[in-house]
Amino acid sequence: MTTPMLSVEAVSHAYGERRALDNVTFAVAPATFAVLLGLNGAGKSTLFSLITRLYATQHGRIRIFNNDVEWASGEALRILGVVFQSRTLDLDLSVMQNLMYHAALHGLRRREARTRADEVLVRIALKDRAYDKVRTLSGGHMRRVEIARALLHRPHLLVLDEPTVGLDIKSRADILRYVRQLIAEDGISVLWATHLIDEVGANDHLIVLHHGRVLADGSLSRVLANCGATNVHDAFARLTGSERLMGETE
Amino acid sequence: MNSTISDRPSAISVILPPKGFTPGQFAICLKGIVWRESLRFLHQRERFISALVRPLVWLFIFAAGFRQVLGLSIIPPYQTYILYAEYITPGLIAMIQLFNGMQSSLSMVYDREMGNMRTLLVSPFPRWYLLCSKLIAGTAVSLLQVYAFLLIARFWEIGPPPVGYLLVLPALVLCGLMLGALGMLISSAIKQLENFAGVMNFVIFPMFFASSALYPLWQVRESSPLLYYICEFNPFTHAVELIRFALYAQVNWLSLAVVGGCTVLFVLGAILAYDPSRGLITRRGEAAGAA
Repeated sequence: MTTPMLSVEAVSHAYGERRALDNVTFAVAPATFAVLLGLNGAGKSTLFSLITRLYATQHGRIRIFNNDVEWASGEALRILGVVFQSRTLDLDLSVMQNLMYHAALHGLRRREARTRADEVLVRIALKDRAYDKVRTLSGGHMRRVEIARALLHRPHLLVLDEPTVGLDIKSRADILRYVRQLIAEDGISVLWATHLIDEVGANDHLIVLHHGRVLADGSLSRVLANCGATNVHDAFARLTGSERLMGETE
Repeated sequence: MNSTISDRPSAISVILPPKGFTPGQFAICLKGIVWRESLRFLHQRERFISALVRPLVWLFIFAAGFRQVLGLSIIPPYQTYILYAEYITPGLIAMIQLFNGMQSSLSMVYDREMGNMRTLLVSPFPRWYLLCSKLIAGTAVSLLQVYAFLLIARFWEIGPPPVGYLLVLPALVLCGLMLGALGMLISSAIKQLENFAGVMNFVIFPMFFASSALYPLWQVRESSPLLYYICEFNPFTHAVELIRFALYAQVNWLSLAVVGGCTVLFVLGAILAYDPSRGLITRRGEAAGAA
């Protein structure tokens, strides 16, 4: 059987009395675009904090290509690229300085880091902004730089927490297209957390998270078939009992 | 060691990086963190200026005003009568480092609120190493400030013998690490940036005034024995004394032991506080923006 790139096994997490995740289990296969769909407060960010080991796993196990995040965190984080929901770039530094800092945090030598930074900037079509301060970039461009940064150490798994929040329609489409391209070209796996239904593609792996629990996990067609729904919106409404998916763009 | 997924029909190969890091890569990581911290400091010109103006105001205004009021007897490490300005110079150096230590912790709270902290913490290097690198970076920045201050003071002929500038360096490194680690420890317990002003009042001012920075402790003992003991237990007093003695090519062993011990204690505390499984940040989901 293929080793999953990400495996989340029976993970539960609570903040005091409040349970944020309840027995969450799913796996993301190599070269897959997996969408973690859930309303705000579903537990997506908590799950991201556990995958990236900002928090320790209280119950259950998370592995990134067989590396336990808890016990082999270095090896796990090494093959993981992360784009957090909040902006994590240093606004006062240039795009290149931000990339070089990230490269150093992964132990990349300066010359190699420089070559890779040039490569990723060409890929995200921001080579001409390399020496501009991040503060001067638009929201969409900042996101692209964050994705470029997450790819600098050539991860095998890229996790993105609501990366298109606050962006205009064109920037959203650009970023989505770019990340999908990465799977086709580089064969990396992607876990894309969102509450925006129109970001789910026909061939995606869909995981529906609601109130900290996984309500559906499988290919989009299988989830639709299991729910007896004709589209993602219907499926989500039937699974969660929500009349309307919040944040859906019309 | 490379691992490959070979049983996948689409034959996607996953070539993993070699396990662990070489000493060279550890050095690259440290260099990167120091470089970023220095860049940030140089970009914030107001921070550099205020870091210099603060002790200079004390040195040129406060010390001049109090020169006639405060009489100083000959106490170690001094071998002769000295001007009050000369007496408070080590205290002001330690003050620079205290402010810098607290300011780096302030930047850690800011980074945490803004999300920048996550960039550091998702690095695959061990977390203790990342935090220690950050401490070293903060200390390096404080050294820049201290030497800039000493240079300006030298123009007014206030300063130690020339060799003191070199001999004080190890003391400055140790004190910078201790005060930086204390700031880091405090930063882990602060929820929001707004709470920091209170910490400045409750940490910086008491530590500074209840120390030997502005007056010798024998004078404190004469007016209040209790305050004297508080000053004696204040690690900042020992940072001041360690610097004072080092400037005059002497070692204050008690202060060295206290500062060394406190450094180890504060560093361990900060590492523990930022450890995801035990640390304080884990208990506050909202601090890192988890929903």
